[in-house]
Amino acid sequence: MTPLPDDLNVDLHYWMRLTRTMDDQLVNLWKQGRGVGTTFNQRGHEAISVGAGMSLAPDDVVAPMHRDLGCYLVRGMTPRRLMANQLGRATGVTRGRDGNLHGCGDLSLNLIGFISHLPQTMPVALGAAMSFSYRSEPRVALTFVGDGSSCAGVFHESLNLAAVQRAPFVVVIENNQYAYSTPLHQQMAIDDLAVRASGHGVESRTVDGNDVEEVYRTVEAAVAKARDGGGPTLIEARTMRMLGHAIHDGAEYVPQALLDEWKARDPLVLHEERLTSRGLVDHEYLARVAEKCREIVADAVEFAESSEWPDPGTVSDGVYAA
Amino acid sequence: MDSTTNGTRTMTYIEAITDGLATEMRRDPDVLVMGEDIGGDFGGAFKATKGLEAEFGPRRVMNTPMTELAFIGAATGMGLMGLRPVIEVQFADFISTGFDSIVQYAATTHYRWQAAVPWVIRAPADGGIRSGPFHSQNPEAWFVHTPGLKVVAPATPADAKGLLLAAIRDNNPVIYFESKPLYRSLRGEVPEGDRAAPIGRARIAREGHHVTVITYGEMVRQALLAADGLAPEIAVEVIDLRTLKPLDRDTVTASVRKTGRAVVVHAANRLAGVGAEIAADLGQTSFEYLDAPIHRVGGLDVPVPFSPPLEDAYRPGAGDIMAAIRETVAY
Repeated sequence: MTPLPDDLNVDLHYWMRLTRTMDDQLVNLWKQGRGVGTTFNQRGHEAISVGAGMSLAPDDVVAPMHRDLGCYLVRGMTPRRLMANQLGRATGVTRGRDGNLHGCGDLSLNLIGFISHLPQTMPVALGAAMSFSYRSEPRVALTFVGDGSSCAGVFHESLNLAAVQRAPFVVVIENNQYAYSTPLHQQMAIDDLAVRASGHGVESRTVDGNDVEEVYRTVEAAVAKARDGGGPTLIEARTMRMLGHAIHDGAEYVPQALLDEWKARDPLVLHEERLTSRGLVDHEYLARVAEKCREIVADAVEFAESSEWPDPGTVSDGVYAA
Repeated sequence: MDSTTNGTRTMTYIEAITDGLATEMRRDPDVLVMGEDIGGDFGGAFKATKGLEAEFGPRRVMNTPMTELAFIGAATGMGLMGLRPVIEVQFADFISTGFDSIVQYAATTHYRWQAAVPWVIRAPADGGIRSGPFHSQNPEAWFVHTPGLKVVAPATPADAKGLLLAAIRDNNPVIYFESKPLYRSLRGEVPEGDRAAPIGRARIAREGHHVTVITYGEMVRQALLAADGLAPEIAVEVIDLRTLKPLDRDTVTASVRKTGRAVVVHAANRLAGVGAEIAADLGQTSFEYLDAPIHRVGGLDVPVPFSPPLEDAYRPGAGDIMAAIRETVAY
């Protein structure tokens, strides 16, 4: 695979580092008892959420899920708003109506929010794609689902409908080996999730989900095909969920050997090694970026923790649109 | 459709639905219809969309595969992008196959992240037509119990059109329960052109002062028959709710405070039905005005049976409503 342009590779690194830093800080906050409710771990998913998110044009629509902090960030949702949402504040994306990354939709950023019933956001993103066809707009919709999601009826219904409609739609399965505590072999009798596409007449690709350059290239090609009227694509991106399902979960059910194997292929470290080996950046640069990201996240925490709680008098506001 | 008089036309209930769809599709290029078997010359299981594809083309009259979770979810995505899809679920009974897309995603979206989901689901509901357990249901209570949805249930051809126009123009997900037994058996005057009926406002279908019957859908017709049968000895006031969510509690309360007696009627099973909310609300707000216990009439708590004697035993009708009124008035 040809390398991506240098500037782009450097950008991809920045967003992955910011995602990692924010995720680490979320873990810290919860361990310190400063969290509200739960938070979902991102470690291992950074190359997928950032790589796929970056491959979209500004007019394209994306519906990320709970492992896609990186995608929200690259689409322009600020760390302040995201952190305030994690902490249930009035300044959060959902004004305290929904927690962590749930419901973090903002149509001004072409972001569609998800619900817990995965992959119930998949048909919604498909509908956005169908609206682009309806209006003959050269736009694409993309959504992320998990390996667990790919077993659900709505996944197959949506893929079928997308194929029939030849919708400008891209689905990225983040195969992280576990649906909560259930390993792949107890979820499905296949090893290759991309085969789920062929029964619906949809093209598929499989990528190393820890290689951000490969993720970007593959998703970019699928997006370009969709934009040109070539219909939907299913992409399986393979990775490993390196922490628990959510912050409460120690994931003792995951064999240590499996974690060790994937830890050696950390997506952020892999990309940093690639940048330095190509001579694009040096270690001093990487340290500066890490420091900058720590400052951004510290500012987001300060903003969120000093933000107002939502006014209980507004609890019934906004159930309906005017 | 019959002759035009004073800006109205006489239509059947289902003709009014078709007229409503065509009216909105002509007015607004963002309105489309979608569902199973609705396209082509076929025009849907009940022919409500017949003729629409010829006028508006397949882009706006979209046949879907048998994938309710997906196409209702897709309608949500279209709505987020500014379109106004009108979904036909072939029978209201089948709406359960798309439940997550309705009650979990669409209904919660505006509250969570302030994005409007303007779609309508047309749900052909109700029985009495010997269609058995899966083509006769009245599942409105599921949706009335769901925050973020609106629910309408027209009882007349005029409202079949007027409430459909209002539902399509509303910026929220609206479930529109149409009454199959009324489709071709009820005719009435329907305003021509662009006349929406307000969502959230009930209608006094018949004035009276002895007792108030509160109902909706086909049971409005049954209640009016019951009122005819009891007149002039008992003057029955009949309220056609028209909208089940949000409920027009003011109209109901004012009428019951006037008559002092209430009978709440629906074809859906009585247990935890919409009538339970109305009765409980009246008990709390109007206890001092009541001269008799609030009476509820509804279907039995059994699946809707197929065979005529069984379905008739299940389903309330004018006779049951008359008996309930007599009992209430005699208390």
